[in-house]
Amino acid sequence: MSVDLLNFIETVLNGLMSGVMYSLVALGFVLIFKASGVFNFAQGVFALFAALTLVGYQTGQVPFAHLINELFGTNYHHWYASMPNFLAIILTMITMIALAWVIERLVLKHLINQEPIILFMATIGLAFVLEGVGDLMWGSNVKVLDVGIPSGGSEWLEQATIGLAPEGSDYYGMYVDVLNVWASVIAVVLVVSLALFSQYTKTGRALRAVADDHQAALSVGISLRTIWVLVWAISGFIAMVAGIMWGTESGVQFSLSLIALKALPVLILGGFTSIPGAIIGGLMIGVGEKLAEIYIGGFFQIGALENWFAYVMALVFLLFRPQGLFGEKIIERV
Amino acid sequence: MADIKAINNNKKSDENDDILIVNNIEVVYSHVILVLKGVSLNVRKGGITALLGGNGAGKSTTLKAISTLLASERGQVTKGSVKFKDEYIHELDPSQLVKKGVIQVMEGRHCFEHLTVEENLLTGAYTRSNAKEVKLDLERVYNYFPRLRDRRTSQAGYTSGGEQQMIAIGRALMAKPTMILLDEPSMGLAPQLVKQIFEIVKEINKKEGVTILLAEQNTNIALQYAEYAYILENGRVVMEGSAESMRDNEDVKEFYLGISGEGRQSFKDVKQYRRRKRWL
Repeated sequence: MSVDLLNFIETVLNGLMSGVMYSLVALGFVLIFKASGVFNFAQGVFALFAALTLVGYQTGQVPFAHLINELFGTNYHHWYASMPNFLAIILTMITMIALAWVIERLVLKHLINQEPIILFMATIGLAFVLEGVGDLMWGSNVKVLDVGIPSGGSEWLEQATIGLAPEGSDYYGMYVDVLNVWASVIAVVLVVSLALFSQYTKTGRALRAVADDHQAALSVGISLRTIWVLVWAISGFIAMVAGIMWGTESGVQFSLSLIALKALPVLILGGFTSIPGAIIGGLMIGVGEKLAEIYIGGFFQIGALENWFAYVMALVFLLFRPQGLFGEKIIERV
Repeated sequence: MADIKAINNNKKSDENDDILIVNNIEVVYSHVILVLKGVSLNVRKGGITALLGGNGAGKSTTLKAISTLLASERGQVTKGSVKFKDEYIHELDPSQLVKKGVIQVMEGRHCFEHLTVEENLLTGAYTRSNAKEVKLDLERVYNYFPRLRDRRTSQAGYTSGGEQQMIAIGRALMAKPTMILLDEPSMGLAPQLVKQIFEIVKEINKKEGVTILLAEQNTNIALQYAEYAYILENGRVVMEGSAESMRDNEDVKEFYLGISGEGRQSFKDVKQYRRRKRWL
């Protein structure tokens, strides 16, 4: 195999891997959008909040420590030195579920049957409030998140591919981050279990029913509020997974909430209502970005193409297929 | 209300026979729009009672006030009470009400389009936990509506209007209700199909002992199947009586059946006449 071909494969592979990360964020959007027709602008902040909370639990940070110390002149910082990863993740999960419940109580409950745009505005507000609360609770410094997921280049792949290049060429093997491989595995597990859940359980069926028709769902005795808490909790859980992955990769910092913006083109490509769409869309964006960076950017000498190419792809899709690849066809009876 | 014209003198005497008592309810939408101005009605247990009236008379609102679906449309019962089996229900939420046995089949069917026919029916049993019983009931519903059995795996959005109405009724039946609030089952259906649906409704009423409160614009067919009827106009009950007496009543014939002394009339003339003579 020529070095060019190997480089191409490596680019695609890395694109797929980073695409999975986008998919993880997009998935949270799709779930909430399907069930409550709300585009949850706060999804990125969810991921941030989950990651912050996880680090907080792990390192035994006292929530609101700065505030408490300021008010009472005390000097609390940490409860304990460390907590097992497993326990910290479980606690974070519980926190995210509690958060979903609180959001339903404080925000959604009062906005039943309002225009989608009003709900959207509410989630924008929510994003800012949550970001502020996260700051106040856990502090604004950049934190290191390590839950024991291995990261760094895969040596195995490097060794396996180094021999594929022709003799004498200057090739050092492929580079793929193990963290991304893990993210892919987790994403696959998540999607499969979600699909099984919504297809084969009573609650899953109710979830899809609510997505189709709120009023009718109410009329058969499905409690919208229970379903919403459930959906927001699941999205919170997915946000946590995304937060862990992104946080491990680039540290837990407040710019983490901007990954929501990366999910937008993914949703436009895949369709706002399709779970497979979120996955495929994410992968396409990931691969498209990486290829564009290397080949288009390389050819025309444009730098940082990766940062905006996704939006160009989204724009093209909006022009030619606005419902996205897998967006639900609007069923119209003839 | 003094202006109610009770044309039936042997009005239901046994009050205990009434499964549902709506007492003088007033409904306001968005805090300002007064839609029901004091509606009272009694529904006899095990019977079919019809709510008749034209567009905007308040039929659907009355049903939604009973099923408490109003709240999700920014409507509110501001006065009066609704009693179901000696229990006030107007402050419950729909899911509690479904558990108590009152379920509404909404106007315009409202099927879950992307769910299959069978999944649609199963969502009706959301409040029930006994899977075995639910399975038996599913068979029962398929026996009432054999056509749904043939289409069980198709997406509900792609079924015909008649089939969707069957899905909606079947779905309600899956909740094992004691009372069904049936809103405009004839809407948008061919006369042949309307008759078929009403036959099945009657059968369900007889065999399952399900009480039915029916809101209908199609006065003619409703009076054929119901035993007792109320006529609403402008958010008020303007007339009530047994279906028989309604059918023979000159005003009902004139206004709702389009039949006058000289036989059928053009609707245009009916409207003209109506402007001069009103009940209220």
